[in-house]
Amino acid sequence: MRVRDLRKTYKDVVAVNGVDLDVMPGECFGLLGPNGAGKTTTVEICEGLTKPDSGEVELLGMHWNSHQSELRQRLGIQLQETQLSEKLTVIETVRLFRSFFRRGPEAAEVIELVQLEDKAKSRVGTLSGGQKQRLALACALAGDPEFLFLDEPTTGLDPQARRMLWDLIERFKQSGKTILLTTHYMEEAERLCERVAIMDLGKVIALGSPAELVATVGVTPRPQPTTGNLEDVFVALTGRHLRDD
Amino acid sequence: MTRTLEKSALAQLTLVRFREFIREPEAVFWVFVFPILLAAGLGLAFRDRPADVLKIAATTPELVQSLRQEKQLNVQALPVPAAEEALRTGKLALVAEPAPGGGVVFRYDDANPDGRTARMLADRAIQRAAGRVDPVAAADQLMKEPGSRYIDFLLPGLVGMNLLGSGVWSIAFAIVDSRRKKLMKRLIATPMLRQSYLMSFLISRLSVLVIEVGAILAFGVLMFGVPLRGSLAVLAVFCLLGSLAFTAMGLLIACRVRTIEAVSGLANLVLLPMWILSGVFFSASRFPDAVQPLIRALPLTAVIDALRANMLEGAGVAQLVPEAGVLAAWLIASFVVALKLFRWS
Repeated sequence: MRVRDLRKTYKDVVAVNGVDLDVMPGECFGLLGPNGAGKTTTVEICEGLTKPDSGEVELLGMHWNSHQSELRQRLGIQLQETQLSEKLTVIETVRLFRSFFRRGPEAAEVIELVQLEDKAKSRVGTLSGGQKQRLALACALAGDPEFLFLDEPTTGLDPQARRMLWDLIERFKQSGKTILLTTHYMEEAERLCERVAIMDLGKVIALGSPAELVATVGVTPRPQPTTGNLEDVFVALTGRHLRDD
Repeated sequence: MTRTLEKSALAQLTLVRFREFIREPEAVFWVFVFPILLAAGLGLAFRDRPADVLKIAATTPELVQSLRQEKQLNVQALPVPAAEEALRTGKLALVAEPAPGGGVVFRYDDANPDGRTARMLADRAIQRAAGRVDPVAAADQLMKEPGSRYIDFLLPGLVGMNLLGSGVWSIAFAIVDSRRKKLMKRLIATPMLRQSYLMSFLISRLSVLVIEVGAILAFGVLMFGVPLRGSLAVLAVFCLLGSLAFTAMGLLIACRVRTIEAVSGLANLVLLPMWILSGVFFSASRFPDAVQPLIRALPLTAVIDALRANMLEGAGVAQLVPEAGVLAAWLIASFVVALKLFRWS
């Protein structure tokens, strides 16, 4: 995926202010940033859900205005805060999403992949937060996508549920697919992503592998004898003050 | 067969609509049970009772005997003080006493219709007992045929009201709910065709329609003998056309709204005037002439008028062209505007 000079303004707020990104085939790319940094807007423009004011997005060699339906067939998308219908069962939900795609695994296989087979016949309303996120992942995987967008897939989950989801994402990575992931958790980015971009105020302010960023960005080491981690880089770059959205 | 269904997005979306409906007991109640309960309640309240028998009293055995010839009077023999006390307290409609110079005196309240009726019946009974022969023979023919009772008037109104309510609510609620939960955005992030999504609402609506209209009509026909004088095909066409117009209005109501509160308010704003003006419970012709053209232009009026004319008078398509025109206009206008304004996220 290639993104060039993306810009988007909502009324008086500049959400995305000239973003360039390159995501290589087979890599997991992390997009980090505080709330309101423009991550979700950037991702939704890449997903073809929001129109940019200007700039270019090229995905799998195609563009949204010329290859919309082909791109939709080949992308897997998980949005922030989607609430799937509570009255449907897990298998009914996955079957619905599977029916939109030309190809892909059977619904039962996808459910097995995200380890929800015990819950296949349960209503979505009875699932825990972690199980709901795994179901959302299953819906994103229903069309056997080549490129997967995950917008804050583990926000609000407990540590066990988060680790379980990480295992699932790693397994997907091992099959050679490409992932664009946004997250607030530096640990998550360090564990899953080959490269990360840190966004703030609509711009990319740092780009590289987690190790490179820790090595090159001048992080003041903590008083304790730690070498610093990605979280220190993040806070050093985006400031320590609290922000209101 | 099941495999084709599993692969068809339209089939899966339609199944979702059915499942969401059936798994919402409140919705099932309002669509199926409520109109039947309403029809049963109103049908019983306005059922045809035999004409009331009026209670009167007479103070002499001769008068009692003469008056008992009249079947519509229930005559008691009472002494004068007791009879007058009962009349004063409204337990009797009339008291007959012998007049001092021969003849009879009727005591009653002429402001009370029962009293006036009792006066006429009692007088007729006494005159006939005394040997009067009526110069003109008169026979009664009573109006009791189905089609002229309140339940016959009410049932098409209830069908129309139900089509309106379920047409608007089923689509408006589901769409706003799915927009609010960002589910709609998630769906359009897949290759799903947008027309399949809208079509699934239409298919499920029309299938439920057959059951709900069938249930109300069957109830009316079996329990109250409501007539179906017109062709059932015409009836079906108007239910279908009405339901499509109402569903399109539901789509229009929901086209941009993001919260359940806002869509409820908006839907009530559209529905309430029609419930009152369109003649569900009483004839719309009671409203002043000045507003009649407006009332005639409402889609619910068109549906109810067409159903009444079809069921009660056997009207065919030719007589119902204006109603069909009103409905088609609402259908097309609402649908076109809704699609133009529709917000998919």
